[in-house]
Parts: sequence; structure tokens; C-alpha cells
Amino acid sequence: MQNKKKNLLQVVMDNLKFPLLAILFSFIVGALFIVWTGHSPLVAYRELFSGSLGNFGRFGESLLKTTPLIFTGVAFAFAFRCGLFNIGIEGQYIMGAIFTVGAGWIFRDLPGGLLIILLLLSGILGGALWAFIPGILKAKRGVHEVIVAIMLNYTALYLSNYIVRTVLNPSVLLGTEKKASTVMLPEHGRLLHLSKIMPAFGYSSVNIGFLIAVITAIVIWFVLFKTTLGYEVRSVGHNPYASEYGGISIAKNITLAMVISGAIAGLAGAVTVAGLSYKVDQAAGMPGYGFSGIAVALVGQNHPIGILASALLFGVLANGERKMQMAGIPKEVVGIIQAIIILFIAAEQVAKYLPDIKKKFFKNKTQEVQK
Amino acid sequence: MSKRVISLMMVVMLVGMMLAGCASKPEPAAEPAPAAEPAAAEPAAEPAAEPAAEPAAEPKSELVMGMITDTGGLGDQSFNDSAWLGLEEAEKQFGIKRQVLESQSADDYSPNLVSFAEEKTDIIYGVGFLFVEAMKAAADQFPDQKFAIVDSSGLEKPNVAEIVFAENEGSFLVGVIAGLKTETNKIGFIGGMKFPLIEKFEYGFRAGVKAVNPDAEVIVNYADSFDDAAKGKEIALVQHQAGADIIFHAAGGVGAGLIEAAKEEKFWAIGVDQDQSHMAPENVLCSMIKRVDVGVLSVAKSVVDGNFQGGTLLFDSKNNGVGYSDKAGNLTDDLKAAADKYLEAIKAGTFVVPATEAEFNAFEAPSL
Repeated sequence: MQNKKKNLLQVVMDNLKFPLLAILFSFIVGALFIVWTGHSPLVAYRELFSGSLGNFGRFGESLLKTTPLIFTGVAFAFAFRCGLFNIGIEGQYIMGAIFTVGAGWIFRDLPGGLLIILLLLSGILGGALWAFIPGILKAKRGVHEVIVAIMLNYTALYLSNYIVRTVLNPSVLLGTEKKASTVMLPEHGRLLHLSKIMPAFGYSSVNIGFLIAVITAIVIWFVLFKTTLGYEVRSVGHNPYASEYGGISIAKNITLAMVISGAIAGLAGAVTVAGLSYKVDQAAGMPGYGFSGIAVALVGQNHPIGILASALLFGVLANGERKMQMAGIPKEVVGIIQAIIILFIAAEQVAKYLPDIKKKFFKNKTQEVQK
Repeated sequence: MSKRVISLMMVVMLVGMMLAGCASKPEPAAEPAPAAEPAAAEPAAEPAAEPAAEPAAEPKSELVMGMITDTGGLGDQSFNDSAWLGLEEAEKQFGIKRQVLESQSADDYSPNLVSFAEEKTDIIYGVGFLFVEAMKAAADQFPDQKFAIVDSSGLEKPNVAEIVFAENEGSFLVGVIAGLKTETNKIGFIGGMKFPLIEKFEYGFRAGVKAVNPDAEVIVNYADSFDDAAKGKEIALVQHQAGADIIFHAAGGVGAGLIEAAKEEKFWAIGVDQDQSHMAPENVLCSMIKRVDVGVLSVAKSVVDGNFQGGTLLFDSKNNGVGYSDKAGNLTDDLKAAADKYLEAIKAGTFVVPATEAEFNAFEAPSL
């Protein structure tokens, strides 16, 4: 027992060591950049952290920023564990959001609790449907999921814009003047703000969506590592042909992994709509949570619990950026810090293989010399 | 293995430090930087004495004005920049201090408003009508905080100044110019996204064309973007191939592509928001002007003078909030005279320029 515990600690430390170093280093490089722009890094980082952790309200805003990143990070990781690169999270998120608004209108007369559950389910449905397309195409026809998913991102964006402009526009449903956003979600279909329970959160809009995100991450961890389904998904990810030989269907698991990944992404859209925006705007570009999710998953080592931590890091950075901007420091600094963290985490993979490469290289050399 | 990784990191770190040392030499202010770095990694723990003194050094009597951009951000050569210009002017004239927050996504509007409000910023500008819902909530949360929103009206809050423009009137004038100038009787319009604000440009422009040249056809396309210049160029080329010899845009950064296409294929473009003739003096016929800077400045002035009021502030042809401009001198006197004739009529209230599709369909061109 004692032995096992120590091992666990060791495992955790081994996994944390590199990300922590990468974060430290990225802050140092970020400081260089700040100095280069003629500001003091001390002021910048003080603003960054007081802006995101300074008081409960600001911490709440950081959690708010963290919420969608947990979802999209976990969504990406789930597909990635099956060897799939789900770059379509953006589109699945958009579909989840627009489905939620649609359901909010259709079921507007239902009582609060039931309505909220329906809203979340319809978000899940929207994302899952959108991810099913690349999933089934990959499983049945071997079409690369990246290409289909990228295309579907744009399809989702423009489809959503069209729906915002027509079907769900308040001018159509309520007869008001035309707006660039959908009808608002009914009051009783909105997620509870945590400030209602804990007044310390102040003006922050952080809501129970954050708790839903954390629960989702834990559930996905359980599914991935403690169930047959998770085992099969990971097995296909490691080696599809060996898995098939062992009686695991590649097609079924690829489709399933994609659909579950999309469902989580759709849930992210639902939670954002129900907890924060209450509507969908006509958008000129991607919301960006999906792409950030890829980075979050990478830094979190594609492990749901790691993703909780890395999403929090990204959320803190993104929220602290506000105060930094107000102090006159370019917002790009935060982008640079994030980029360097990602770079170093990616570099870890290179570093891991470095000994192998060296060995091969020298082996070849010695062989040449012998010849 | 792990030792290898750590030593690798250490080496990179050292190299980084050395680079920092080299880079900072030309700037004397940067000298203390390398020493500050180790502390910078954990700044939240203990705020150092030196930076804490800094905000206190600023004179407290100065007004601070905060501006929040929409997702277009600064550098859009359109209304975010124009609004920022207004605050720059306010800085020059009244010595106020200006701050900006750029929104990464629509979900940032609300937190950005709250951030400024918590700092007790003297007035907070939200640039773009997309702020409307967030502004409504913030205005209720902070009843003593002054707000201003650009391009939106109808909130009717005592603490929100709503700066709106008669884009249809300015667009009408350049429509008149385009209608008279065209040789092919085909004119193009590129909109950013199809929502009411941009439709004001579209229908104002089409009404202007219709008023002077009922036979001319206006080809309308929407780019579904405000920053994709490549798409703007593509649409402009397609419209030009279809025969359009003058193309007007109301699409922010997309318009840069139109102007580039105009330069390459030698046809006329009409700029928007600001005078865009500097981008291609030979090929920008004129520009429709929307003085976001004037609107922002006048609200800033009211804050400085202490007579700030909530409610709608309309900037139209009467107070020169919209109009046309021709810095490159491409307009003949005849064209200017025609446009000015309509401008006077609009000012005098002789006719009303349509702003929506319904109004456009009912629009009867006035005979002047």
C-alpha cells in the first residue's frame, strides 16, 4: 500500500515536472518581451495575477474563462485518445450553442429545472450530430477527419449565422425589429450564477456551468480509464489493427469517440449560452474555444484531470490579460506566454525521443566507419 | 532522461538570459530587467514596493476614459480605430487619460465592462452595437457609472449615452455620385454582414443611385466578415467582371481587398467610415464618412464639462456626423454639385433617406 502510494506521488511529480518548468520558462521569456516593449515585467505580472486572482470576483471571472476550455480540452483529448484529431470542435461548439437557443425557444413554457436539462441535452445533441459526420466518414470510408471537420466548422458558422438572421431572429419570432442576434433564452432557463449562492463572487458571471465542466471532466476520466468503452477507445488509439485482431471494432470506436467528443463540445456551447450569453450572435469568425481546447489538451497531456489544471491556467492568463491591457501592456504578451508553454510541452515530446534518435544516428555512424 | 531535459531547459534559460542582457543595452530603461525576472515568475505573492508606488505617482485629478473594442480590435482601419482617434483627440484637448481593452470574443464584453467599472473609470465606451445586451446589464449593475455605446440606440438608460449615425444619409450621397459617374450602369456594393446596421448603408446607397440613375443596377454581396481582405478582393473582382465599374463597401477590413482589386483592375472604389483615398489615390473615387471620432469626442467633452446625459445622440448630415469626402480630388465639380444639392435637401428635410428594405421599396426619388 505504502509502496503504491509512493509510486502514485512519483507519477504525479514526473508528469508535473515538465509543465511547471515550461510555465516558469515561458513567464521569463514573456518578461523579456515586456521589457522590450518598454514596460516593467513586475508591473505586468502583478496586474496579470491581481486581475485574475486578486479577489473572489476576479477569480470567478477566471473560472468563467476556464469553463469552456475544460469542455473543449476534454473533448479534444477524448478523440485524441482514439487516435483522432478533432479539429472540428469549433463547429460542434457552434452547433451546440444554436441548438440550445432553438430548444430554449421551443420549450420556453416548461419549468426551470426540466428546461435546463433539455437545453443541455440539445446542446449535446447538436455537437454530437455535427461530429457524427466526420466520425462516420472516417470509420466507413477512411476520409480524413481533419479535412471534413475543418470544412464543417465553416458550414456550422454560416449555418448558425443564417439561423440567427432568419429562423431564430426576434424579428421573426417576436415581431420586433431585426437584430444581429437570436431571441434571448427565457429567464428560468438560465444557469444559476454562483454569486447568488456565494455573494463573494460579486459581479462575476461565473455559473454552475463551471461545476458541470468539472463533473464532465471527471466522468470522462472515469469512462476513459475505468470502463470497457474507454479501454476500447484507447486501444484503437494505440494500435487499431492489433485492437481489431483482439475483437475490438475500429469503425464503431472511431465513430463513438468522435460523437462523444462532439457531444462534449456541444455541451460547451450549451453552457456558454445558458450561463453567460443567453443568445447567439451573428459572428464574423470562429469563437476560438475549440482551437484553444487543442492547446489546453496538449498542455494537460490529454488527461482529463491534467486538462482541469491546464484549462485553469489558460483561464487565469486570459482573464488577467484584461488588467494588463488596462495598464497599457499589449495583450499579445499573454498570447506569447501561452505559445511558449505549448512550444515547450511539444518540445518535451522531442526531448523524449532524443536519446532514441541519438542512438540511431551514432549507430549509423559507427556502421559507416566500420565499412 | 529527466536530468537531460532539465539541463536542456537550463541551457536554454541561460541563453535567454544572455540574449536579454544584449537586447536591453540600447534602452537604458531596460537595465534592471534581468534582475527582475526571477521575481517575475511569482509576482502575485508579494507586490514589490517599487511598482506599487507607480500608480500613486499619476495625478488623481485626471479623468480616465476607457474604451472597449469589439472583436475587430484596434488596427481595423474602421470604427474601432476611429473611436480610438476620438479619445486621442480628447487626450490632446482635455488632458484625459485613455485606456483600451480589446475583446477577444463576444463573451468578453460583459467582463470587460465590469473591469472598467470596478476601476471607477470616468466613462466607459463600448464600440459596436453588439455590446447592447452586456451594456444593458452593466448599466443596471453600476447605476453611477457613465457609459457610452456606439452604433446602438434604444437602451434609454440615464447613465448610457448612445452614439448613433445616419449611415443611410452618407451612403445616399456616395450613391448619387456613383449613379452619375458609372458608365456601365452597373454598380457594386459589398457589405460586411447582413444585419440592420449594414443594411442602412446598403439601402441608403441604393436609394442614392436610384435617385439619379434609375436604370443602373446595383450588385449586392455580403462577405460575412469584417476582416477578410482576400474575400473582399474576390467579391470585388467578381462584381467587376459582371460589369460593375464603381464598388462601394461597408465591410471594415474586407474593404482593403476591394481597394486592392480596384488598383489592379483600374476601376473605382468608394471608401467607408474614414477617407480611404490614401490607400489608392488613383482608384478611390471618394469615401462615405462616418465620424465615430466626433461622436466619441463630443461625449468625452460632455463628461469633462460635467453635463453628461444618457440617451440617444444622433450624428447625421445636419451636424456633419456623416457625409462624403474626397481628399484625392477625383470628383469633378459637377459630381460635387449634385451631391451637395442632395445633401442640402436632406439637411432641409425635403425627403427622408431609406434605411431598411421596406423603406427602400417605398422610396420615391425626389426631383430636385
